[in-house]
Amino acid sequence: MSETTSDARQAHWAKTRNLTIGILVLWFIFSLVVPWFANALNTMSFLGFPLGYYMAAQGSLVVFVVLIFYLAYKQNKIDEEFGVAEDDQ
Amino acid sequence: MKGNFIDNLPKIYGLYTGGFIVFILLMAVLEQMGMSAEAIGLLFVLFTIFIYAAIGWLSRTMQVEAYYVAGRQVPAVFNGMATAADWMSGASFVAMAGGIYFGGHGYLAFVVGWTGGYVLVASLMAPYLRKFGCYTVPDYIGTRYGGNLARLCAVIVLVVASFTYVTAQINATGTIASRALEIPFELGVWFGLLGILLCSMLGGMRAVTWTQVAQYIVLIIAYLVPVIWMSNKQGFGVIPQFAYGDAIARLGELETQWQVGTLKATETFAGLSTLVNSHAGAGEGWLSSWKFVTLAICMMAGTASLPHILMRYFTTPSVRAARQSVAWSLLFIFLLYFTAPALATFTKLQVLDPNLATGIIGKAISDVQALDWVQKWSEVNFLRVSDSNGDGILQINEFFMRADIVVLATPEIAGLPYVISGLVAAGGMAAAMSTADGLLLAIANALSHDLYYKMIDPRADTRKRLLTARVLLLAIGALGAFIASLKLTSILGAVAWAFDFACSGLFFPLVLGIWWKRANTAGAVAGMIGGFVAGTAYLYYVRFAGGDPWMGIDHLRFGIIGMPVSLVCMVVVTMMTKEPDEETQRMVDEMRIPKGATILSAEH
Repeated sequence: MSETTSDARQAHWAKTRNLTIGILVLWFIFSLVVPWFANALNTMSFLGFPLGYYMAAQGSLVVFVVLIFYLAYKQNKIDEEFGVAEDDQ
Repeated sequence: MKGNFIDNLPKIYGLYTGGFIVFILLMAVLEQMGMSAEAIGLLFVLFTIFIYAAIGWLSRTMQVEAYYVAGRQVPAVFNGMATAADWMSGASFVAMAGGIYFGGHGYLAFVVGWTGGYVLVASLMAPYLRKFGCYTVPDYIGTRYGGNLARLCAVIVLVVASFTYVTAQINATGTIASRALEIPFELGVWFGLLGILLCSMLGGMRAVTWTQVAQYIVLIIAYLVPVIWMSNKQGFGVIPQFAYGDAIARLGELETQWQVGTLKATETFAGLSTLVNSHAGAGEGWLSSWKFVTLAICMMAGTASLPHILMRYFTTPSVRAARQSVAWSLLFIFLLYFTAPALATFTKLQVLDPNLATGIIGKAISDVQALDWVQKWSEVNFLRVSDSNGDGILQINEFFMRADIVVLATPEIAGLPYVISGLVAAGGMAAAMSTADGLLLAIANALSHDLYYKMIDPRADTRKRLLTARVLLLAIGALGAFIASLKLTSILGAVAWAFDFACSGLFFPLVLGIWWKRANTAGAVAGMIGGFVAGTAYLYYVRFAGGDPWMGIDHLRFGIIGMPVSLVCMVVVTMMTKEPDEETQRMVDEMRIPKGATILSAEH
């Protein structure tokens, strides 16, 4: 097994970090910002629900699920790009 | 043979699910033939516990790797199911919909917090801890920061948080067992514990994993069936979760009609409440937004710090699988969480809507008191219909109910067959048992691996280590059951505290250990002690010393005080002391890439 060079490691970590920050920004918006404005959002309607209620009961949850699946997919791509993915599979 | 077992998992659990459905149908037939509701409930609870115990027995092991991390061979999807069962406790299954029923929008902070936390688990924690190769969470803290003090601090926080949580779960199993078996609550608690230990005692993490998968299947069927049934009866279609917007609008009308929020109860009954909160309205002003957001933050950070969840991701075959497994976990959890608000909505409609046969508000008191389910739940003091103003008609402020029983009573309220009530009882039992198992194992493993083996007797042989682990499991379970039998807290209060304890003490030391190479031993110890002490002190101040909550931060949210203190302590002390040695820094580098051997070798 060849040692991954220190440059590749740094580039890998920079990309990983950026991906994580991106994910966390979206997480912040849907878990904290959207509920903060629930009252204002409730004046709008979505699928027959008041929007603020809908986001807290379902909308944000759907976003979280999609975010994590995307993260798993994308991080794997980054690992493969820099040759630091695991060898199995 | 082992490889065979893993390859055959879909077939095995497919057969199991089919078998369970056949069992439900059989019960339905027996009900038609005149079997009593009590007998059906009893059969449901006993049959499912018997299955879990059988799985526990088949998974017995004397190997360290199998006992602590299920041999690290649990596929991502199945680990997702096991985590979902591990995660969804009595609080999620039994109490959550009831909380939404009474609390309205503010309560949805739990729904958002308990799902959003998984984004933190996936992005900040799980894959890196998997690469580390530890057996327990303190194992990681102790190795990353070095020194027994850091390890000990982590063990203490873990034990306090998990133990708070586990008593609530044993309490829930006791409640359900006492109703299904018609035995006193104090005895039900011990019966519940027996079931829990049958699953985990012999096979440790391996047994808990395979029973949790089985428990997930039972609990999700039990949760979805009544909601879909009710929704069909009320004409909202087969996938009610997307179609109950109209029901919410109708509730809005009914709330005005019955003066929800204006009519306050004029009597009080211990533990029971009347409906005063609007179902969908979010409340005016920054304080209600602030309360929502602070609760969500504590629950999310707590999710990412609770050891019984993190340790589930130590069992996957690879780092890649650990990441995927978090995604599967949340998907399986989501199935229940996006149903809970729907269940609360439909049940409330059943009770409030005078056009439905089941509606009781606005009906004659004597008629309501004659209802079977009203009598049954009144007998155990979980419900009360009281004609406060003496007009003979039931008003909204005269119907008192305990929030915890909404889910359990829903099938009866909606007039569904008894077989559904039995199914729901089995589901609640599965939810509480699976979480209790994970928690007891997390505590016992931390004490046996970190305290006993790593700190007290590093030369202990395998047999002795595993024997210690089992004795501890038994002792902690017994202590938990004893405390639960004293009935000190309601199910939900104690659960929220566990999250606050965990995030106060562990969140930043865990995250910064991975994401900040400079973080050192002294900083981590300061962070754990500072956050944990500050959070606990605030809890004492606001809950027991009669202090006024500061900016609406009550006892459910004390992590909001603990976490910043933890962060500041950790950063300041780290900067004041030496940076960690080169070996530690290399360890962090290794953690950040999936490739290569784990940092701690197997059988460490």
